[in-house]
Amino acid sequence: MKFLHKILDKQRPMFEKGGKLEKLYYLFEAGETFLFSPATAAKNKGVQIRDAIDLKRMMMTVVIAMIPCLIWGTFNVGHQHYLATGDAKAFFSIENLLFGVRWVLPIVLVSYAAGGLIEGVFAVIRKHPINEGFLVTGMLIPLIVPPTIPLWQVALATVFGVVVGKEIFGGTGMNVLNVAMTARAFLYFAYPSQISGEVWTQLGGETMVEGYSGATALAIAQGTVTTGGTDVVASLGSFFSFENMLMGYIPGSIGETSAIMALAGALILVATGVGSWKIMVSVFAGALGMGLLFNAAGANAFMELPAHYHLVIGGLAFGAVFMATDPVSAAQTETGKWIYGFLIGMITVLIRVVNPAYPEGIMLAVLFMNVFAPLIDFYVVQANKKRRLARAAV
Amino acid sequence: MSEIIKLKKGFDINLAGKAEKKIADSSPSETYAIKPTDFVGMKRPKLLVTEGDNVKAGTPVLYDKMQENVMYCSPVSGEVVEVKRGAKRKILEIRILADREIEYESFKVYTISDLPNLSREEAQAQMLKGGVWPNIIQRPYGVVANENDSPKAIFVSTFDTHPLAADPSFTLKEDAQAFKTGISILNKFTEGTVHVNHHLGAEVSAVFVGADEAQHNKVSGPHPAGNVGVQIHHIDPVNKGDIVWTVSPYGVAQIGKLFMKGQYDASRLVALAGSEVSNPQYYKTYTGTAINRMVEGNLKQSHVRFISGNPLTGERIYEKGYLGFYDHLLSVLPEGDHSLFLGWLKPKKNTLSFHRAWGLFSFLNGKNKEYVLDTNTNGEPRAFVQTGSFEQVVPMDIYPTYLIKAIMAEDFDNMEALGIYEVVEEDLALCEYIDVSKHELQEILREGLELMQNG
Repeated sequence: MKFLHKILDKQRPMFEKGGKLEKLYYLFEAGETFLFSPATAAKNKGVQIRDAIDLKRMMMTVVIAMIPCLIWGTFNVGHQHYLATGDAKAFFSIENLLFGVRWVLPIVLVSYAAGGLIEGVFAVIRKHPINEGFLVTGMLIPLIVPPTIPLWQVALATVFGVVVGKEIFGGTGMNVLNVAMTARAFLYFAYPSQISGEVWTQLGGETMVEGYSGATALAIAQGTVTTGGTDVVASLGSFFSFENMLMGYIPGSIGETSAIMALAGALILVATGVGSWKIMVSVFAGALGMGLLFNAAGANAFMELPAHYHLVIGGLAFGAVFMATDPVSAAQTETGKWIYGFLIGMITVLIRVVNPAYPEGIMLAVLFMNVFAPLIDFYVVQANKKRRLARAAV
Repeated sequence: MSEIIKLKKGFDINLAGKAEKKIADSSPSETYAIKPTDFVGMKRPKLLVTEGDNVKAGTPVLYDKMQENVMYCSPVSGEVVEVKRGAKRKILEIRILADREIEYESFKVYTISDLPNLSREEAQAQMLKGGVWPNIIQRPYGVVANENDSPKAIFVSTFDTHPLAADPSFTLKEDAQAFKTGISILNKFTEGTVHVNHHLGAEVSAVFVGADEAQHNKVSGPHPAGNVGVQIHHIDPVNKGDIVWTVSPYGVAQIGKLFMKGQYDASRLVALAGSEVSNPQYYKTYTGTAINRMVEGNLKQSHVRFISGNPLTGERIYEKGYLGFYDHLLSVLPEGDHSLFLGWLKPKKNTLSFHRAWGLFSFLNGKNKEYVLDTNTNGEPRAFVQTGSFEQVVPMDIYPTYLIKAIMAEDFDNMEALGIYEVVEEDLALCEYIDVSKHELQEILREGLELMQNG
């Protein structure tokens, strides 16, 4: 790899101060540090040795944790397609995979390209290094959109998410809201017809067979209430059985359908210490608690849905594992993480069940709690300050 | 009454090349230096000697205009050969060429029976003049103590958990009486208690056990359990307005010797350690020793970094450099100014990491594995992203991230409320080591302490 390094070193003066392409320095730097870890040694004062970790590696870990969801999602896009067209194949069949790749890969590419472009532009204009956070965001966005989404919407949402969600605050680490969720919320409010959860199966131009509704589980649950039904589990039927939803043999956004795959990702994040297990556990606990509370109230059919169904329906599992745990937008104190996660779980179920306008609650719950996370931290830190003052008074 | 404190949080950095507990058979260095920059908070150093002057061990060489009574004395007798200055004529080093036989300035000698009747004022005068006062460090701020203060307590930590650290129970093994005397002297300065803190689990060394005028506490846990700041936090924390003094075990013994022998005895055992040293062991020398004699012919390779002190809190020096006043260790590590292809992706098993993110497998090695770490930063500086990890290596009820952010924002009220009085650089050094975003946390903390102290 020496020759590559030499080539880079030769180009370097062009990008440095006074060089022809001085303005593009941070683009060059991003490319160079992507290929070669920087040769910087510790300063003369301060620690002389540094941990082996850096932000790129940390972000890469999250990307790796998302791979189970991505793979499952790709097969499932094909699976749902053949199911809808009446030509169902074995789940892990090559047909499912090929069809899935045909529709998922472009979304991933567009997301990374659009986001990468914005990151590059901002790095040049604002003169800051390119943010590794986009490694994660660029993968998260494809996983939380339905496979039917037009590519231009993916691009637009990504641009919106990165600019409004992150760059106007100063980049990764400074943002208030989760970037991917901001992008998703943008789509939700700007293009409700494509993303309201009616038909999320990529048909690829073919027609649907009779009897296949294509609706998501949450839409059915909502429908049961509006049509005066009494038993949500019954109207979900065998297709949306608990097992099927747990495994993810159902239509939905690309990466969110399988709770099991989200848990596989959770295992990676928790084992590596990159994602906070406290947040994950408390999101599930909050959702379960709120579900049980509704069971006790039992005012309509949706409220009577067994609480554990909430954990596998829709995007809760995916959101708990990958969205709520974003360290920048989550609560930053350990006590705060418990409160933050628990409230996300509660609010998700609250929105699902009580607000008929929004079938899915996790997106709004995460964004809502993102805004409140600093407040939670404020009180936790305040308690620390009070302990210190109390100690002095004794 | 003694306390037992068991700490869980922290992280041991187990480096290769620990000094073997034997003393090298070599003659001490020819030159020594006093570096005003070793004394944090020294504002306006004034020279008392000029090049060519002859000094004895204990002759005042330097003082701080802001603290005129504290004398900084020559560790050896000999000739002042050079005063090295930097930009704006800032004094960097006062170099002294040592005599073959060290001559000492003589101070008053006290017998053991004199000590109980010795007044604080008399003891203080001798210490200020006799060069041992800079051993006393004040919290908050971690600066040389003000002689007009009466601290609420004085703390001595007898063990050092930093990587490669010299072992005080070895370096002071002949100084039990001096240590005991030093503790007696320190007792005169506080209405409160003198605390001597030992490592729980290890037998208390004979050096320290005899100091019966102190409260002996035991502390266990990974680094930074040996940091005196951590111990203070759990035994008698520094609140707003409090003043606590800390002294290293060596400093205590040196104070003791000043009264027992009437000499400023700057002789010390210094550890030479690190993965690049062929023969890591202890050297008998004096404070501020030149390092060239120790390292000559004793290195495995030449592309190395010399660190005065340990790799977490030390300062880089060069081959012709001198050890710092407070340092008993010269660490030699491989220089890390090289890049690595796809270094952020490569699995690493031999580079120690506190984290377990992708490819960081060092946690599989177990605790006994010794690491060869170089000085590469392993990444570039970024904004804060990771949360919750600093708290895992600071065994104190403190939120390091919030404290650091308060300092960056120059928010005085919050710095105070978040506990800046309780920490100095070494207490947050582990945070700097494990920081994913590669901040210069110790430097930032010092800026904050400067702000709090001087506005």
